[in-house]
Amino acid sequence: MNMTMTQKILAKSGNLPYVKPGQLIMAELDMVLANDITAPVAIDEFESHGFTDIYNKEKVALIMDHFTPNKDIKAAQQCKKCRVFAKRMDITNFYDVGDMGIEHALLPERGLVKPSEVIIGADSHTCTYGALGAFSTGVGSTDMAAGMATGKAWFKVPEAIKVELTGSLNKGVVGKDVILTLIGMIGVDGALYKSLEFQGEGIKSLTMDDRLTICNMAIEAGAKNGIFPVDEVTVAYLNDKVKEPYEVMEADSDAVYSDTVKIDLGDIVPVVALPHLPSNTKPVKDAKGIKIDQVVIGSCTNGRLSDMEQAASVLKGRKVHPDVRCIVIPATQKVFKECIEKGYMNIFLDAGCVVSTPTCGPCLGGHMGVLAHGERCVATTNRNFVGRMGHHTSEIYLSGPLAAASSAVLGEIGFIDERSKDND
Amino acid sequence: MIKGRAHVFPDNVDTDVIIPARYLNTQDKKELASHVMEDIDKDFVNKVKKGDVISAGWNFGCGSSREHAPIAIKEAGVSAVIAKTFARIFYRNAINIGLAIIESEEAASDIEEGDEIEINFDSGEIVNVTKDKVYRGEPFPEFIKAIIEKGGLLNYLKEGGSDGI
Repeated sequence: MNMTMTQKILAKSGNLPYVKPGQLIMAELDMVLANDITAPVAIDEFESHGFTDIYNKEKVALIMDHFTPNKDIKAAQQCKKCRVFAKRMDITNFYDVGDMGIEHALLPERGLVKPSEVIIGADSHTCTYGALGAFSTGVGSTDMAAGMATGKAWFKVPEAIKVELTGSLNKGVVGKDVILTLIGMIGVDGALYKSLEFQGEGIKSLTMDDRLTICNMAIEAGAKNGIFPVDEVTVAYLNDKVKEPYEVMEADSDAVYSDTVKIDLGDIVPVVALPHLPSNTKPVKDAKGIKIDQVVIGSCTNGRLSDMEQAASVLKGRKVHPDVRCIVIPATQKVFKECIEKGYMNIFLDAGCVVSTPTCGPCLGGHMGVLAHGERCVATTNRNFVGRMGHHTSEIYLSGPLAAASSAVLGEIGFIDERSKDND
Repeated sequence: MIKGRAHVFPDNVDTDVIIPARYLNTQDKKELASHVMEDIDKDFVNKVKKGDVISAGWNFGCGSSREHAPIAIKEAGVSAVIAKTFARIFYRNAINIGLAIIESEEAASDIEEGDEIEINFDSGEIVNVTKDKVYRGEPFPEFIKAIIEKGGLLNYLKEGGSDGI
């Protein structure tokens, strides 16, 4: 039937036997989510158009993660609006301070996303859940309001780019390096309106955290979604989280792709994306020596336990450079607790880092690490646009947690090779 | 039919420069509009006049899904955005809130700051009155035209739309 994995999921959600690229469909939604910035706009739209009920109280998730704990009075009002709405609608998956985490780390951790589901979120990084074999994509607040009211969303069936991965990653190379390398190859609109479908024997060597990071940044190549097939790694990850049965879909053997990109994972090196586009990718060694003022380790891209572990492996027994503020943000309460249990928290504090409760805060220049005029930050976040983290003259360098923690110690962009304990 | 003066922007104009996140603690449309394009052209809010159009390069509106971005543009008085391409979430959001947009590489490559532009969304024809030129744009499919005619997605759904797909 020559359909890609995405096309097959969309066909099922539209109750259609077959879909083709460009076809408009109305899909049934398995989850609709929003955060404290996008939900208030959606709630206003929902109410002003006279809707009074949500389609399914268990299939709407509101996560208070962006400007929380409330950064100012206006942000507090926005959270309050969400809280009141969630109570009135009896929304099961309402996550507030003390319980919440960064949305795209939290939902998979709570077993709220499953393979072959169709998920929309009023947050562009909703594409993260493709790592679990779901079709998930970011939308705006009006789409979110419509999704809450009707359980449906319209889509134009996308073409797909096949990303064929071979080989395996070398030590010190992580999922973030894979996705930044790919974006560097195809550009920030290289997958515009399309799916990025990851395939090939190389995927079996990628951990679930690697895959979540890779799909998280599919939007940074303009993609509608990124998606991995379901394999043993996926099943093992889902085992203790998802109780209900789920369907597994795979691309047809004769599926048609608009392009194929081949990457040997063994060729990838630690990279950094220079200002002001995620596609300005360079090997870390070619950016060495750029002085920095701040490091942020966290976000929906790299705030999971393995990211914390990587940062701790570099920071153990070392000190953050005196000219650098290093902010570590475990993405969920669970990750935070595990950082304590595994001793990472002591490593971070002894190194001179500050550790924050889960929040998106600094990634979008909200709070918890806003940059001043001309300051430079190495961040494990996902965007290095002009002004993204603060003043419009500040600069953001995107990397994985190993390079970010290394740069925090060195006071400049660099990579500490654990095997030699020397600077690369 | 839309008619207005063009403001020209480059490729990859992202939603962080259209409306920086430091202003996302409000849903007030006028307040959002007062900061539109602030980090890419801080004088834009003073220059823009009701009915003006934006002409931009590739991938306009990339980045965050914030609907505040098309809201701020629309509320600032901009009547339409022409671009070589739009980032897909911005494209949806613009349709859903009723901000007129049209893709035309030909138009976006040729239009200069201050040119007087007319757009016919039914035919996809873009006229540059200043340069006396006509460009081809991509008209919307019928389904999307129907959403726009109803004044946005929620009105469309409220009236039992979606059968048209």
